[in-house]
Amino acid sequence: MSDLIELYRQTLRIRLVEEEIAKRYSEQKMRCPTHLSIGQEAVAVGVSSLLSNQDKAYSSHRAHAHYLAKGGCLNKLIAELYGKETGCTAGRGGSMHLSDLDVGFVASTAIVANSIPLAVGNALHQQVQKKAEISIAYFGDGATEEGAFYESTNFAAVKKLPILFVCENNQYSVYTPLKPRQPEGRSITRLAQEIGIKSIAVDGNDINQVINATQELLNHVRSGLGPALIECHTYRHREHCGPHFDDDLNYRPRVDIERWLANDPLFKMTQELAKQNNWSAIKADIEKELMLEIHSAFDFAENSPFPDPKQNNNYLYAN
Amino acid sequence: MPTNTNFAEQINLAQHQAMRDDPSMISMGLGIDDPKGIFNTTTGLAEAFGEERVFDTPTSENAMTGVGIGAAIAGSRVLMTHQRVDFFLLAMDQLVNNAAKWHYMFNGTMSVPLTIRLIIGRGWGQGPTHQQSLQSWFTHIPGLKVVVPSLTDNVGQLLYNAIMDNNPTIFLEHRWLHNQQANEDICKPLKQKPSSIRKHISGDDITIISNSYMLLESLKAAEILKFMGVSCEVLEISEPSNTQLTDVYDSVNKTGSVLVTDISHSHYSVASELITSITENCFSQLKVAPIRLGLPNYPEPTSFGLTKGFYNEADDIVIAVANVFNKNHVKSSPLTKHDVPGDWFKGPF
Repeated sequence: MSDLIELYRQTLRIRLVEEEIAKRYSEQKMRCPTHLSIGQEAVAVGVSSLLSNQDKAYSSHRAHAHYLAKGGCLNKLIAELYGKETGCTAGRGGSMHLSDLDVGFVASTAIVANSIPLAVGNALHQQVQKKAEISIAYFGDGATEEGAFYESTNFAAVKKLPILFVCENNQYSVYTPLKPRQPEGRSITRLAQEIGIKSIAVDGNDINQVINATQELLNHVRSGLGPALIECHTYRHREHCGPHFDDDLNYRPRVDIERWLANDPLFKMTQELAKQNNWSAIKADIEKELMLEIHSAFDFAENSPFPDPKQNNNYLYAN
Repeated sequence: MPTNTNFAEQINLAQHQAMRDDPSMISMGLGIDDPKGIFNTTTGLAEAFGEERVFDTPTSENAMTGVGIGAAIAGSRVLMTHQRVDFFLLAMDQLVNNAAKWHYMFNGTMSVPLTIRLIIGRGWGQGPTHQQSLQSWFTHIPGLKVVVPSLTDNVGQLLYNAIMDNNPTIFLEHRWLHNQQANEDICKPLKQKPSSIRKHISGDDITIISNSYMLLESLKAAEILKFMGVSCEVLEISEPSNTQLTDVYDSVNKTGSVLVTDISHSHYSVASELITSITENCFSQLKVAPIRLGLPNYPEPTSFGLTKGFYNEADDIVIAVANVFNKNHVKSSPLTKHDVPGDWFKGPF
């Protein structure tokens, strides 16, 4: 139960961070496109609970949860959204280019599927250099329609590279559902299996399912047997990019929305945790502690200086 | 007694030396360890350094470029080879959005020690999609380094230094240069820093700036022009991404006229950019309008019957220069077929 409390705390932390970003977004101080992870947090928390700082993760445009779950510094994330000198990249990359090398979160990138090959390259380096750690590539269902996905998984399978592919299937590429994008009956899990990758599909909102499947796949990857893929079915609560709910646009069936909101990862965990003595007191303490941390991160970002534009031509080339 | 060597062999030697000097280096490319060894430029590498460090790849230009970038970010030094530039165009997302921007975008915390060898074809039916010279595309992207070798004496040095550089570098090799012979004793030490601008002939009347196969034609043209009484200064620019052009301005300020001949289409080319910079910096010293000599603004056709005159040769440079100095020159008929660099090239690519 204490493990579940910690998982809950991590998941809630990401949720509260994202909600605070959403709440303050209209102040126009965070001036970069931002893709919130609300609703999809359990995937990142579940996967990361089985990783060490030596394992290296890459992610995509919707990366806040992956970054935070891997241990990425909250102050640097919020400062980056504010475009401040103290942000992950000192304001050069914004929400879609996060990095915290201290905890093995190498980078997220903005172009769909374009960080998958980088993660595979990281795994190639690990294999050639005979390192014990592995690589993680986070991406969405849309990325599996890109050539880079097929090319990367194929090469990883050929070389038996130490990499776990994590696909968050939230069914939507911006407003476009799966129907015009993938043939009926397509399973990303079966597709990856045919490419030669051990694959499991789970309810990505059920943290126990995520953890159990990840553990099985990591055993495979860490034993040198080759790459693996976990497909996590999940759902984003808010708009593709930005802080708002957008179901007034009617692009998702009402019945789906209701079903997925009832399947919210935090809600599911709470059902279990509510059986615990003093749960409401424990929960209140966690929330209080997290909000202190989050408010402090926003204060840090607000009080940090903007980077000096005179430094804009720094780091064009490495020494 | 000096030993003979050639351009392809020098490329091969530079890779062997780099693999020896950096045990973290890996080298990959489609066909890199096949019996033909990419025109003998990669022969022996897999045998010398093992298949873990030197390996063939799937036919996946885009992701494999990303794999190279990811390995480089992680700490490997990476060399990738493509038998033609044109196939590499599938990898522009990885090159432009990741490799070029990584060091800058992540505020100097990571770097990409990656070199990509791209071979440019010409003639013998290479046609529209096996012969493109796209150095101006690559040079346009901030964060990339672009190297265009011309002569056997320093191609090894240029490649060795590109590999050892901690930035993504595009290395554009012209297929017609691979058989260029030289004595080994004139070859520059691999580990010395190369000069990105070299003066091959000193002269007073006009500056001719060139690179790659067109440098060979420029050197021939300068000899012919000497007999016609025109003294040419011939400069080679091997790194178009280098923006330090003082040596170029000094030369043009002295001669007062300039012709830039590049291996690509003139339209929006490296030649165009050089002439802009020269005009901005040497305007008051220019006696005549600068001249660009490049390919026409249409793709290279395939047929032997269509390609005559598509490429500029020494004679075309002579005619363009002679025109400036009110002299006449008549184009001679070629000694070999117009679509091969010599008897050694019999196709297919």
